[in-house]
Amino acid sequence: PARDMAAAAAGLRALRRAAGPWAALGRRASSVPARIEEKRRAALLGGGPRRIEAQHRRGKLTARERILLLLDPDSFDEYDMFVEHRCSDFGMDADENKDFTVFGGSLSGAHAQKICKIMDQAALVGAPVIGLNDSGGARIQEGVESLAGYADIFLRNVLCSGVVPQISLIMGPCAGGAVYSPALTDFTFMVKDTSYLFITGPDVVKSVTNEDVTQEQLGGAKTHTAISGVAHRAFENDIDALLNLREFFNYLPLSNRDPAPVCECHDSSDRLVPELETVVPMESTKAYDMLDIIHAIVDEREFFEIMPFYARNIVVGFARMNGRTVGIVGNQPKVASGCLDINSSVKGARFVRFCDAFNIPLITFVDVPGFLPGTSQEYGGIIRHGAKLLFAFAEATVPKITIITRKAYGGAYDVMSSKHLRGDANYAWPTAEVAVMGAKGAVQIIFRGKQTDAEAEYVNKFANPFPAAMRGFVDDIIQPSTTRKRICHDLDVLASKAQSTPWKKHANIPL
Amino acid sequence: KMLCSRRCLVTSRQLYSVVHDPNEKTFEKLLVANRGEIACRVIKTCKKMGIKTVAIHSDVDANAVHVQMADEAACVGPAPSGQSYLNMDAIMGAIRRTGAQAVHPGYGFLSENREFAKRLASEGVTFVGPDTHAIQAMGDKIESKLLAKNAKVNTIPGFDGVVKDADEAVRIAREIGYPVMIKASAGGGGKGMRIAWDDEETREGFRFSSQEAASSFGDDRLLIEKFIDNPRHIEIQVLADKHGNALWLNERECSIQRRNQKVVEEAPSTFLDPETRRAMGEQAVALAKAVKYSSAGTVEFLVDSSKNFYFLEMNTRLQVEHPVTECITGLDLVQEMIRVAKGYPLRHRQTDIPINGWAVECRVYAEDPYKSFGLPSIGKLTQYQEPLHLPSVRVDSGIQQGSDISIYYDPMISKLITYGSNRAEALKRMEEALDNYVIRGVTHNISLLREVIIHPRFVQGDISTKFLPEVYPDGFKGHKLTDPERRELLATAASLYVAEQLRSQRFLAQPENRRDGAGVGAGARWELSVNLEDGVYPVTVSKSDSTFSVEVDGMKLNVTGEWNLASPLLSVTVDGTQRTIQRLSRDASGNLSIQFLGTVYKLQILSQAAAELSKYMPEKAAEDTSSILRSPMPGTVVAVSVKPGDTVSEGQEICVIEAMKMQNSLAAAKTGKVKAVHCRAGDTVGEGDLLVELE
Repeated sequence: PARDMAAAAAGLRALRRAAGPWAALGRRASSVPARIEEKRRAALLGGGPRRIEAQHRRGKLTARERILLLLDPDSFDEYDMFVEHRCSDFGMDADENKDFTVFGGSLSGAHAQKICKIMDQAALVGAPVIGLNDSGGARIQEGVESLAGYADIFLRNVLCSGVVPQISLIMGPCAGGAVYSPALTDFTFMVKDTSYLFITGPDVVKSVTNEDVTQEQLGGAKTHTAISGVAHRAFENDIDALLNLREFFNYLPLSNRDPAPVCECHDSSDRLVPELETVVPMESTKAYDMLDIIHAIVDEREFFEIMPFYARNIVVGFARMNGRTVGIVGNQPKVASGCLDINSSVKGARFVRFCDAFNIPLITFVDVPGFLPGTSQEYGGIIRHGAKLLFAFAEATVPKITIITRKAYGGAYDVMSSKHLRGDANYAWPTAEVAVMGAKGAVQIIFRGKQTDAEAEYVNKFANPFPAAMRGFVDDIIQPSTTRKRICHDLDVLASKAQSTPWKKHANIPL
Repeated sequence: KMLCSRRCLVTSRQLYSVVHDPNEKTFEKLLVANRGEIACRVIKTCKKMGIKTVAIHSDVDANAVHVQMADEAACVGPAPSGQSYLNMDAIMGAIRRTGAQAVHPGYGFLSENREFAKRLASEGVTFVGPDTHAIQAMGDKIESKLLAKNAKVNTIPGFDGVVKDADEAVRIAREIGYPVMIKASAGGGGKGMRIAWDDEETREGFRFSSQEAASSFGDDRLLIEKFIDNPRHIEIQVLADKHGNALWLNERECSIQRRNQKVVEEAPSTFLDPETRRAMGEQAVALAKAVKYSSAGTVEFLVDSSKNFYFLEMNTRLQVEHPVTECITGLDLVQEMIRVAKGYPLRHRQTDIPINGWAVECRVYAEDPYKSFGLPSIGKLTQYQEPLHLPSVRVDSGIQQGSDISIYYDPMISKLITYGSNRAEALKRMEEALDNYVIRGVTHNISLLREVIIHPRFVQGDISTKFLPEVYPDGFKGHKLTDPERRELLATAASLYVAEQLRSQRFLAQPENRRDGAGVGAGARWELSVNLEDGVYPVTVSKSDSTFSVEVDGMKLNVTGEWNLASPLLSVTVDGTQRTIQRLSRDASGNLSIQFLGTVYKLQILSQAAAELSKYMPEKAAEDTSSILRSPMPGTVVAVSVKPGDTVSEGQEICVIEAMKMQNSLAAAKTGKVKAVHCRAGDTVGEGDLLVELE
């Protein structure tokens, strides 16, 4: 649909309507039920067979087909099937509107009203909002009414933020002002090759900046998942996207008043993970894949990674531990040594805040050599952006479990969910090195280039977990193979964690 | 780091007994100059004999299982074996440092290196193996053949020298007996080689071969020898001491090979009768005595269809496939080798050597059997579980969950051995063991192994060294499903899918009314569409209690399974037939891969509704692979023969990749101009890495 916002809690009874009242109505006025049926039939056909066919030719499904695949059977109750657009200028006096096969899915005032209504309802009962976006943008013919419609939606997006999870799935063009609704939601997913997101299209770009750029280059799935960081994942086609969205949805609580979901778990919570004993290489300069650790620890190796191709030096995503949804943050030694830079800080910070808003415990795997030095980072404001991740971890009150697998150097050690930022359980593997910096750099500074054998001494003193453990900055030095067991146990204990922050209107995160 | 790493010893059932007399003095400390499963195998016996062990390892093997098992370990260099496991200086240094009194070389590496044996002797360290004279004599093809002839061992009859004319060729061929092979003495690679079955063909072959030999090698000397048609590779295990005693420990049948590497071995052989066995055994012992052999050794024979056998070569080391001999004789060959090296006489007489039951060994490799019966694969063993819970299964391995299979060494994962009172029982157990073997993270050859051992020709014992190319002339393509098997797989997959869906609807921490499966719980009918091997099958599933009723192809099947979906092994009973299957992966898009009857099948399961709509989904343009060259396997680039701008013709060599001791020449798929070269000699590349692009 243009923008079909459907409250899509699986089987959410509050949103169900029975057919009963209509039947009762039928007895009173015989012409009314007939008209109802006729209108419904017409509505279900959307823009008619010709437009539906055109949509299919583009490799896309109609709104109703998409909803059929997204939701559990028979759980969708449509609202406002009878709403009609209120515009009769420019020959737009057809009967009703809903679907992208109707008026190219452009947003009319009536259309926005429908979306707002469903969002209000979702906020009221605490149900997540899922938007399937496939819209030509504002309905130019309606002028300012359509703009007002957008603003109404933006406001709801903002008010719902942190109340119910909001997910946008971009399944076609989404341009101009329309892009800000997905940008305000918690997660934006895209369909490869058939969806685009941009403020202005290639034609306008050409006339303003004289750049030649295709739709795909400007705002395709690859651009937004790898370069801009606007979208969080991309999927192969409509069906693939909808099925993945179903899977993703199961990780989320229904609202900020619900606990993180716990699924039936078949993976034993005290399973030992022997391969973790050897996963960290002996040489501290050698890389390894943090995903190997994450996959080995979580339930059934299932990890729903968020932004897998953007700022790959940090890994974030959802998994389950003993059935309970957890948010995982990990430095990725395989990419840029796992350092923190502007993009990875922002990526991490937004994810941490989502988890905190929706009661999802955070598990952080630390192997970080520090913040990335250099002019491009400093000029870009690494101080300001790095502070976001620090802020997000510090303010989070959900259970926080941290495992230092190897390096935890400098300020980045503090940032990565350290004990000092109210970490609940902070562990170090025997390979951990908690220090202000690497031995070589430290010795260079301390001894100013004088030949000394102090490097070995520094390694001996600091390149191990003891200094941190002695001070209680890590709660225990654990055998890597027992990590899963420890985390599952801690999550059980921390399930009743209640922590509060001083009263405030809202905090002022360094944006 | 080493806190929890001392590995428990009893990881595999042995199927041989270490009968150790504690009063018999032996070495105090022994160094194992090898890695992987054979190092572990030697260490196991040493532990039982009370000998302390020293492991050697390269940098990358610092955490390897054999290092964890040994009492001491010494690093002998960086990863490439030339600089570590073959680095004699470093190994001699390790021996001196640790004070090891003896060295067991395992197989490969330095096991048949005369120089190494000599250096050990000069430092007074015992080499657990034959003396240098025997290693040298048997290491030389011509010398060993001569020695064998003198010891009255059957050798392949032949004539090596200048054949004057076609008539002389016919005379020689008749002497040898048809069929004969005529080949250039200087030749190689099949050039100038002809097989002749009669006089006529001999004349013709002579003409062709001498012409080809002269033009190709400038040397028209011809070799005529008996052509062994469809030979079997059968070898005799011998064991000899330093006091002139020698025994033969029966045969091993090693005919199933690919690229001259054995894949499946068994003992005894279905082919030998007691007389042939005795004749082969006695000749093997005669040869061993002729070279004053001591320790364990193997005499390899080619056996033709009329049970004529011919000496091929003698291996002066412990063979990879020694476990099958241990299973049927009950001897611990490693222990006997150590005893002999210490100077003790053999404890057994020939009449003490039994054939008890039947043993089969499969070499489980990290390789892709779909590519010329096995191209190496590398990776991390993300999950690894040996089928040791089954009876009469022995697994010799040197890896564990989390181990890396690297490009530096042989890609063998393990040797899987099953034992039975007869062949059928051993094979049945092998089938189960292969199904119950969990290997994740690397591609493996379980599918090929399982197909071989259930193939009617193999089951009947009708095998030869050409078995694989004969049975799979177009290459191995996995198990071919019969109709009932396909239905079984479809029903199983659909049931697993439904089980997973049902589970994902069960939320434990949610208030009752907040989340529930909207009427799609138990009792509901699931209308599914399953994609399997280019076919689309409608499948209907409904569940009652723990049984799935599945309709597929108009047939009704009952699938019982109360599964632990996290378990790597799933027991599935379809209409009374129980099987162990493995669900390797699943994703949200309905893709499922299942290891069923040894072969991995990729399926996609969608609801009927989604399947119906999937026809509208755009086809993704496939990459044009004719203009790009990707590495078919992980390895090191040895040479790049082209540079950008060069014109190459179809089939021309573009670069050479070396992986696990194999060099593979990669050729252009079409004629064209080289656009870009993405690799240099010496680079390490992964499977699928882009090497060269054509315009």
